[in-house]
Amino acid sequence: MSDGRIDVSTTLVVNGRRVTRSAGGHVTLLRWLRDEADVLDPKYGCGEGVCGACTVLVDGEPASACIVLAAQCEGSAITTAAGLLDDDGEPSPLQRAFHEHHAAQCGFCTPGMLMCAQAMLADGTTRSRDEIREELHGNLCRCTGYQHIVDAIEDAQGAAR
Amino acid sequence: MSEEIRTSKLDELRVVHQPLARHDAAEKIAGSTRFAGDLVYAGMLHARLVRSVVPSARLTRRDVTRATEVPGVVAVLLGEDVPNNEISVDVPGQTIAVGALKARMQILATERVRFHGEPIALVIAEHEDALAEACEAVEVEYDELPVISEPAQALADGAFQIHEGGNLLAEWRIDRGDVDAAFATADVVVEGTYTTQFVDHAYLEPEAGVGWYEDDGVMNLRVATQVVEHYRDVAKILGVPDSKVRVIAPYVGGGFGGKEDMTVEPYLALGVAHTRRPVRMQWTRNESLLARAKRHRNHMTYRTAATNDGTILAQDIEIVSDAGAYAYLSALVLLYSSVHACGPYRLDNARIRATTAYTNNPPTSAFRGFGGMQVVLGYESQMDELAKRLQLDPGEVRKRNALRRGDRLPVGQEIITEVQLAETIDAVRERAGGKPAPSGPRKAVGRAIASNMQSYGRLVWLNDSAAAWIGFQMDGSLTVRCGVPDIGGGQASSLAQIAAEVLAVDMDRITVHFGDSALNPLAGTTTATRQLLMSGNATYEAAVMLRDQLLGAVARETGDPVESLSMTPEGITGPGGITAVTAALQICRRGNVPVEALGTFFGPKGKEVTRDLDGERLFPDFTFGTHLADVEVDLDTGEVKVLRYLAAHDVGRAINPLSVEGQIAGAAVQ
Repeated sequence: MSDGRIDVSTTLVVNGRRVTRSAGGHVTLLRWLRDEADVLDPKYGCGEGVCGACTVLVDGEPASACIVLAAQCEGSAITTAAGLLDDDGEPSPLQRAFHEHHAAQCGFCTPGMLMCAQAMLADGTTRSRDEIREELHGNLCRCTGYQHIVDAIEDAQGAAR
Repeated sequence: MSEEIRTSKLDELRVVHQPLARHDAAEKIAGSTRFAGDLVYAGMLHARLVRSVVPSARLTRRDVTRATEVPGVVAVLLGEDVPNNEISVDVPGQTIAVGALKARMQILATERVRFHGEPIALVIAEHEDALAEACEAVEVEYDELPVISEPAQALADGAFQIHEGGNLLAEWRIDRGDVDAAFATADVVVEGTYTTQFVDHAYLEPEAGVGWYEDDGVMNLRVATQVVEHYRDVAKILGVPDSKVRVIAPYVGGGFGGKEDMTVEPYLALGVAHTRRPVRMQWTRNESLLARAKRHRNHMTYRTAATNDGTILAQDIEIVSDAGAYAYLSALVLLYSSVHACGPYRLDNARIRATTAYTNNPPTSAFRGFGGMQVVLGYESQMDELAKRLQLDPGEVRKRNALRRGDRLPVGQEIITEVQLAETIDAVRERAGGKPAPSGPRKAVGRAIASNMQSYGRLVWLNDSAAAWIGFQMDGSLTVRCGVPDIGGGQASSLAQIAAEVLAVDMDRITVHFGDSALNPLAGTTTATRQLLMSGNATYEAAVMLRDQLLGAVARETGDPVESLSMTPEGITGPGGITAVTAALQICRRGNVPVEALGTFFGPKGKEVTRDLDGERLFPDFTFGTHLADVEVDLDTGEVKVLRYLAAHDVGRAINPLSVEGQIAGAAVQ
């Protein structure tokens, strides 16, 4: 980099693809994914870990990519919404539920919302609607009022059992 | 609006009125929708604004020398670098006594700043890391001036002048009947003072966009906006013909009115014009909260006169709104507040005085409802007060006074369509059943309802119109082109449904090209609850024209009377059999019949408003609704929990009930 900052080479497995990029050590996982690796589905919403639009799975655990440094994740598997599609590009049951229940309006919170929901499905717990809402507290949506999102997750959770 | 209301028998509809998953949802759930900030160009530059750190000051020094020396910085621009640095907003209906008819503001402030966050310089750099350092390095010195934070303070005699010509931006008056006489004969009078707060739209997608010059020399701006027609404003700022600027609106990550005024557009355009390279600008959330226009804070005083049976005789209302530091749409928002001030109720006597004044707060402008929402607090609090005073049921008091078709609003506009307000009150109450019991001994549960009235469509004197183009491809699939920005409400998807219905084409064989000011027919702004009315009807007009072209050509070919033909999913069906659409298209081609059509829909017309609003139609029409909330309060801690929230609206026939439900639920939570 031209400003004299020290670059760090980081390798991440993004949606099953091994990616190595050299970037400033201060670069967040969100910027690394979006600006260095062209992975554009995690969104910038607040930059402070509040809104959840940048939620990705880091080795299966949900994380706000805007407040994690890329270099901290060296070697990790990163999953984004695009990584939920199967090998033929077909949507996962969770994504289909979001589609059918009209859980995406403007769609900007959707990639992050899906990753939070995916983490819920992955732990095998069947949650009540209130518990689903509680888990979603770190993912904001200003369009839907959450109703259809909760419907979709409830449905996907039923289908996964 | 054509005054006829289109009705189709429900059982004849195949696509319209179906709760369909939206056609844009597949990309959104796959994460592949490219929003304004997701476009990447090779060699793209990045831009950020240097903003005022004080709310009111003269600028005594602006020095960019150090900033331009920061590694990676390509340019730092000041107001002097902007071809036309001053833009103005028309303030309608006002007299000279009210001040400037044109409210002015600068793209980059050169002499004076009026709010914390006002843009002063534009930094353009090779990479984002350089932006923060360079913004810090722009040296600005301020000679601080008095700060006005309340409209009342701004309107006081001898107040410091925020703008030349005074702090009063606009005022509106409505006078109907004899208010004083009505108050003198009233059985009961209730009064209240209400204040709403500033609200930020807080859409998940902060303001963003990418600009570049296309090979034809046209400035392209692909931005998060509700209004592609801002290409004209950008052209003015750059000093180029309107035809040299194109605004593209990709799917927008939420608008709610906050992307109605320009945000990143002028700055992207300046950056591109200056560097001749692609430029991206992405506002931080902090910038968005600090500097983009908010919902108005309204101070409202209500007095209501009624008879003992709860019939409203008169209302006397004063509204003072905080316009913030620049005009934007404050005058019009206040006009909406004035017209909606009495709510969905019939009354023969009303006096409304509404004023909006400049302050050094962030500017205020459009936000969902456009001034119609703030006054709900006023008129519905008065209804509850009245019910309590007369020991009447709150729902019954509302129903007793509910507007009916043929009534006139205080402003004089006649209600020309059905009003189902009472039905919405009954609907929420029936669904809610009994009030829930408190969950503990130190808890209390309260239930309230609130009804509202909201206009849709732009003010009639703005001569609204929208256009849409539909073309058959030779394989029978369909292309719809319409300038409408899709801000997440299903704007584009609804057009596909309308075209699918009229032309009997499957939804998945229709592509809607939207949000482009150069390549699509202009459809106007995605604001004012107008797009389904306007672009929906334009699409309908185009679809009907196109259908009639095909039917006419087939009639001539087969000899069947044209009125015996209809478009069905199988093709063009008539007494002589079915002609496949592809065959019909070939018939058109041989017979020189176009397989495309441009539909333009014109809104109703009216005369321009004056400060004293006097009896003409102002809006195309209104919708009505009622919400019910059960709320539990912890009597020790004051903690409030919403137990249940119900909403019922008279929406007419929904094009997509799933979309409508999503909009209402989302709006209620917002």
